[in-house]
Amino acid sequence: MQAEVLGGGFAEVPVEAARAFRAAMQAMARPGRIETVRGAQPPAPLSEAAGVLALTLCDPETPVHLAGALDCAAVRDWITFHTGAPFVGAGSCHFAFGSWEALMPLDRFPAGTAQYPDRSATLIVQLPELTASGVVLRGPGIRDSAALSLPEVAAFRANAARFPLGLDFFLCAGNRLAGLPRSTSVEG
Amino acid sequence: MTDQAYNFAYLDEQTKRMIRRAILKGVAIPGYQVPFASREMPMPYGWGTGGVQVSAATLTPEDTFKVIDQGADDTTNAVSIRKFFERTAGVATTEETARATVIQTRHRIPEEPLTEEQVLVYQVPIPEPLRFLEPSEIETRKMHALEEYGLMHVKLYEDIARHGQIATSYAYPVKVEGRYVMDPSPIPKFDNPKMSDNPAIQLFGAGREQRIYALPPYTQVVSLDFEDHPFDPSKADAPCDLCGAEDSYLDEVIIDDAGGRMFVCSDTDYCRARRASGHVGAKGVAEDAA
Repeated sequence: MQAEVLGGGFAEVPVEAARAFRAAMQAMARPGRIETVRGAQPPAPLSEAAGVLALTLCDPETPVHLAGALDCAAVRDWITFHTGAPFVGAGSCHFAFGSWEALMPLDRFPAGTAQYPDRSATLIVQLPELTASGVVLRGPGIRDSAALSLPEVAAFRANAARFPLGLDFFLCAGNRLAGLPRSTSVEG
Repeated sequence: MTDQAYNFAYLDEQTKRMIRRAILKGVAIPGYQVPFASREMPMPYGWGTGGVQVSAATLTPEDTFKVIDQGADDTTNAVSIRKFFERTAGVATTEETARATVIQTRHRIPEEPLTEEQVLVYQVPIPEPLRFLEPSEIETRKMHALEEYGLMHVKLYEDIARHGQIATSYAYPVKVEGRYVMDPSPIPKFDNPKMSDNPAIQLFGAGREQRIYALPPYTQVVSLDFEDHPFDPSKADAPCDLCGAEDSYLDEVIIDDAGGRMFVCSDTDYCRARRASGHVGAKGVAEDAA
């Protein structure tokens, strides 16, 4: 138990975090693109990609919300030890981790304000699988169109309709991740 | 080698995380200025501290880094920033646009088209396009929130009323994806069309003003104009005197005290590559003869 909490972080933090951030930035800037990330061994049920994002982006300044099965002692202890991020409810988090079902409904999360749309949550969604097929995406970052296996369409479409307010998503499966910013229009 | 007394890419990890979070929000809301807690850097404000912080948060050890200052790789600012990251991040550096993966720029976009593998980092002095029209940050935030950009059109209209044309020639305001009006940094308006639909990620860092904003690849960026006064990405009406290029942005250089002058490419790498491949301008000397 103790070893599981203390281990599983980046071996060489500055370099691995830099590589992970570049992958995350490419994913968020090019919706539909799937990036592979490495370096974290978080306790189950947190996936490797979600663990990498936690290590790269979370710290004591970013309140985190754990939804559903992820809200367990093993994951809490791991995130606390490696990032120092405080745990909060959905309404005041900067980052939320969970399965798609556990994160619902999305209107619980801060979507920013008209003057500060950046003060919005980033949701890190764990999916059973992630492929570049299925729902058609258009918008900034996408040449013509892209495709991504989204868990549903309506919620993402409603999120995009609120632009410039809205939530931003990282979709994770295993050690793979994709980004879906609020600027992307999601077509059925 | 990395200077071991410093963390990779100089900044501490918590600072880089903060900058990285701001970059991600900037990418998600193209053209919107994200506030960030800009740090003191070992160079004065106005020398690219915003760009340097964005580069520090973006670089990986595998990157090849290029820095340009008004298009030139060999001016003081460009040389110092390149050396700074050679020492603190141990990254490879280059002057060739095509070989670079991260390019930090002060006020130019390279002539050579960028690729999907590249990130362009702009140094920005005043990120707020409305600032000289409305000094209050509270008011300009409100104007962006309400998409109230009439004042900017009035400014461009006053240019026309006074000069017969839009006289703004650099930091020419653009609208991003039909939503946010953005300052493209003081690049010549000649470069504005290159921002739109660009395959590279474009990041903007303003250190003193503590703002980061971004353009994801393939984002629509439109220079503001009027139907009867369309946007004109003008440049000096001459070819480069060294390489003969007709399509590049030119600097006018005084060459003697009798009023003699010549036009040369502002993008030194573009000019060098053209001369190396045999192009010679009116005042140029062929490579083999040199």
